[in-house]
Amino acid sequence: MAAIYPSPKRSPSQAVRTAKQRRWFMPVSLLGGLLLWQIIVTVSGLPAFILPSPVEVAVRFWDMLTGGRLLLHTAVTLSELLLGLLAGGGAATLTGYALAKSPSAERLMSPYLIASQAVPVAAIAPLLVIWFGPGMASKVLICGLTVFFPVLINTIVSLRGVPENLRDVMRAMRATPRQTLLLLEIPAALPVYLAGLRVGATLSVIGAVVGELVGSNQGLGFLINLGRGQYDTALVFVAVFGLVTLAILLYGTVLLVERRCLAWQSDPDKETSLL
Amino acid sequence: MCPATLLRIKNLSVTFQDGNGGLEALDSVNLDLPECRFVAVLGPSGSGKTTLLRIIAGLIQPTSGSLQFNTPEGNPPRIGLVFQQANLMPWRTAIQNITLPLEMQGISEKDACERARGFIDLVGLRGFENSWPRNLSGGMAQRVALARALIQEPDLLLLDEPFGALDALTREHMGAELLRIWQARETTVMMVTHSISEALLLADRVVVLSARPGRLVRELDVPFPRPRTDEIRYSPEFVALSHDLRASIKEEPEPIPVARKPKK
Repeated sequence: MAAIYPSPKRSPSQAVRTAKQRRWFMPVSLLGGLLLWQIIVTVSGLPAFILPSPVEVAVRFWDMLTGGRLLLHTAVTLSELLLGLLAGGGAATLTGYALAKSPSAERLMSPYLIASQAVPVAAIAPLLVIWFGPGMASKVLICGLTVFFPVLINTIVSLRGVPENLRDVMRAMRATPRQTLLLLEIPAALPVYLAGLRVGATLSVIGAVVGELVGSNQGLGFLINLGRGQYDTALVFVAVFGLVTLAILLYGTVLLVERRCLAWQSDPDKETSLL
Repeated sequence: MCPATLLRIKNLSVTFQDGNGGLEALDSVNLDLPECRFVAVLGPSGSGKTTLLRIIAGLIQPTSGSLQFNTPEGNPPRIGLVFQQANLMPWRTAIQNITLPLEMQGISEKDACERARGFIDLVGLRGFENSWPRNLSGGMAQRVALARALIQEPDLLLLDEPFGALDALTREHMGAELLRIWQARETTVMMVTHSISEALLLADRVVVLSARPGRLVRELDVPFPRPRTDEIRYSPEFVALSHDLRASIKEEPEPIPVARKPKK
């Protein structure tokens, strides 16, 4: 794609040098953030139960890690996330395919689908915990519900967006519906579909945490509740960082799949450093 | 090997429903396609040329009339179709686009690639096998589309203004290329085109459709001997025949709506 404004011409050696310099930007900016945090704590003199210093959080993190509890709780949340993503994403993909193929089915279902999106998950989470217990099932369900809608919408949009002229190519070659699905629809829908999955993966973290906050005895959301109750604010920070790490990991995994599957449309001009 | 007629079109009419009484695109077209011959269809825009092609390809159902294919043992005909746009699958490399029809026939990837190499040489794409479509020029993409159609060993090759989206120079060059490729393979071809010189250069027979609704107004056997080269474009006979054909393609003047002042 042509840029609207021509970029200034650079010699190759210049381009290499700036790329090398940029490699240091991220660690420097992270270190700067930590430093700022420490300065605020020192200058303001806030007590640790309101704002712990980065050092205190690091110590707490190390305790939790070596004690094995952090890994256990992270593993619980991660399995809720993955199961929720699988269930919600899978259901959304199948429903989306059916709705994309049949506009009348879409009409029929749309009030329920929109209503399901209009109800805030946080509001019905207590209900789901009452019905399905404080164990993993309710979290997987809440997580799945959060993931469902973005994946559903992107499935429908991606399938409807398969170019008609490429459908003509398949028709002229007398393709069976199965061949059309495998050789045209899936590859053509993939970019938009994966973008939806990426959003869903990030949202699934919210779903799992909401479920855990409402009622659970395991997981990073449970740790947050625990830390809050005991004024162990450093523990809250540790759990939040754990959640952020999970979210980034999931997002990054989908992004990696995208890079792998969508090499045909990769365009270095469009890449961002947002992973 | 080559019976007289591959396809007999009888009384073909098409009306598109548009809620306004219908749009008549083709009106009782009768046409025989001789096997192993190159037929070009000329006509003003809106004469239903493309519609005719899409009916033969099975993409549109005719309102009335019939198509009779004369294929061995009455098998459904294999039809290769090249559109005005290359319509390549952007997620497949050039060679993967060419092997697509073979993949659909269940031929192994190895055999398919081997067969594709021959066609890559034929259409002059060597060195671009593994390029993505977005990196191919318009002319190269159209070569891939042509190879994709030819690899099916079609009984009938349909070309829908295959060079219409290319610039004039590339178009002329691709015309000469198609002449070379067709003379090497001699399949039955029906090509829709706007270009009289393209039709005369390539075709054995030129068929002219009238403006909407499309009716057959002229059939002309092109007298130039084969093998032809691009050079015949400049011969006096070619020029005379072009003039002659031009006269039979009357662009019916569209009535120009005159803006009137609304009466108060």
